[in-house]
Amino acid sequence: MIEVEGLTKLYGSKAAIDNLTFRVEKGEVVGFLGPNGAGKTTTMRVLSCFMPPTAGTARVAGYDIRSQALEVRRRIGYLPEHVPLYTDLTVTQYLNFVADAKGVPRQARRQRVEETIERCLLQDARRRIIGKLSKGFRQRVGLAQALLGDAPVLILDEPTIGLDPKQIIEIRSLIRDMRGERTVILSTHILPEVSMVCQRVIIINEGRIVAVDTPENLTRRLQRSTQVLLQIEGPPEQITRRLGEVNGVLRVQTKDGAGSLCRYLVETEKSQDLRQELARVICGSGWGLLELRPVDMSLEDIFIRLVTEEPVTSE
Amino acid sequence: MGTLAIFKKEMRAYFASPIAYAIFTLFLVICGYFFYSFLIYYSLASMQASMSPGLGAGLNVTDSILRPLFTNMSVVLLFLMPMLTMRLFAEERKQGTLELLLTYPVRDGEVLLGKFMSAVALTALLLLATGIYPLLLTLWGEVELYPVLTGYLGLLLLAAAFIALGLLCSSLTENQVVAAAFTFGALLLFWIIGWAASLAEGDWGVLFRQLSIVEHFVGSFARGVLELKDVAYYVGMASFFLFATLKSLEIRRWKG
Repeated sequence: MIEVEGLTKLYGSKAAIDNLTFRVEKGEVVGFLGPNGAGKTTTMRVLSCFMPPTAGTARVAGYDIRSQALEVRRRIGYLPEHVPLYTDLTVTQYLNFVADAKGVPRQARRQRVEETIERCLLQDARRRIIGKLSKGFRQRVGLAQALLGDAPVLILDEPTIGLDPKQIIEIRSLIRDMRGERTVILSTHILPEVSMVCQRVIIINEGRIVAVDTPENLTRRLQRSTQVLLQIEGPPEQITRRLGEVNGVLRVQTKDGAGSLCRYLVETEKSQDLRQELARVICGSGWGLLELRPVDMSLEDIFIRLVTEEPVTSE
Repeated sequence: MGTLAIFKKEMRAYFASPIAYAIFTLFLVICGYFFYSFLIYYSLASMQASMSPGLGAGLNVTDSILRPLFTNMSVVLLFLMPMLTMRLFAEERKQGTLELLLTYPVRDGEVLLGKFMSAVALTALLLLATGIYPLLLTLWGEVELYPVLTGYLGLLLLAAAFIALGLLCSSLTENQVVAAAFTFGALLLFWIIGWAASLAEGDWGVLFRQLSIVEHFVGSFARGVLELKDVAYYVGMASFFLFATLKSLEIRRWKG
């Protein structure tokens, strides 16, 4: 649905994005992850045909963004980073305008706008002036305008920024529900959002792609060891020593706790699952085992590692 | 299609903010005053003429009231049009809504035309409101219809050219005040160039006079005379500035 090859955009002599190549298949929800200034917004702007690239090609919904920009625009819904809206109009007036501008046929317009209002939970705000709405509502109006016109491709630039936790959950589930139905590419620098909403993630840094894969694969590929967290009641020094003696344990770290009740982070070799062994050792020594669970390398860790070390691509 | 959508939205926006009301009020108050003073002067002159018949020779409503009125109205438009147009692109750029608008399946030209037409329509409404002046005159005197219509046509064409220039200036900046200032400055330049015409000699003088924005109005439309070359002037000016605005939009897209 989205095919990008060698996409480059220069501002003066500085490359905001440099030679990007990736694909997004129909019905996928893909996350564009990167620190501020990485080139996410620039990529979104080029894909939405707001501005042409300096070099490279991109095809959205089968049409070329340079030579067939109008056709591309008929098939996308775009939500820019700061959710720009016309603050003088009411929600209904605004959405009617958007429907008109997007070419929704007159007879269908009222129904479509109504459907979109309901989908984005805007019923209470119908007659309110946009300038007077709260951020959460404005974001939803922004999303509504992107959804209007039944665009098969959605390009969302930081769709949950500035929302409160409840609203974030709502928006995320809205996006997640579109899997299979529409193709979505969203950009964010909130890491948990990616694993919750996206099927694949493209990590970008300083204008270049650093990694492309599913969140689980990335975790697996980059994790150098398996980690297990234990909470044990007993003498810390002895526990640490005894755990370290278990075959396959690489390192034992005391995480937190006081006196005789502490948390320990045990790193074992990647291929081994030593949880049963560890449990047996603890209980066999007569200490109290209160908690035992595996700890995945968090996406934060992956991100930091990718963004500060060598690029690792899957293609 | 997109043009109509944008046209409707702009009309709504004009009346949702104080801008339209402020401009209407200002324009009508100022022109109303002009109408009043010309009328008073004329009634005085006609009273004197009734006492000594010779004075009444060239006295008629069209020449003595409507012509100076139209001329003054054109100057007031010169001051007010920049305020009408300053927000059209500058505000959208500043708020970021232009970015979104340009990703809709609407051509740049449609956006431009929609905005242009909305400003012209608003001006047409403004001029319609001043129609009360000639209407009042019919109560007491003979008002020829065609010169009045020609005068209004001239004002509309003049306004269209002003608006096109205003759109160009608005598209060049994010700051509405700068846009208004540039529009006003440019219009003033076009006005003043007519004065230089009287000072300059020979061919330069002719050129300057041809460029002057008010010359083309005062000489013909204000008198109720429809001259093709003057129509061509305003239409040409409007077209040129609209084209320039289109190019300016294109360039800004490239720069991001």
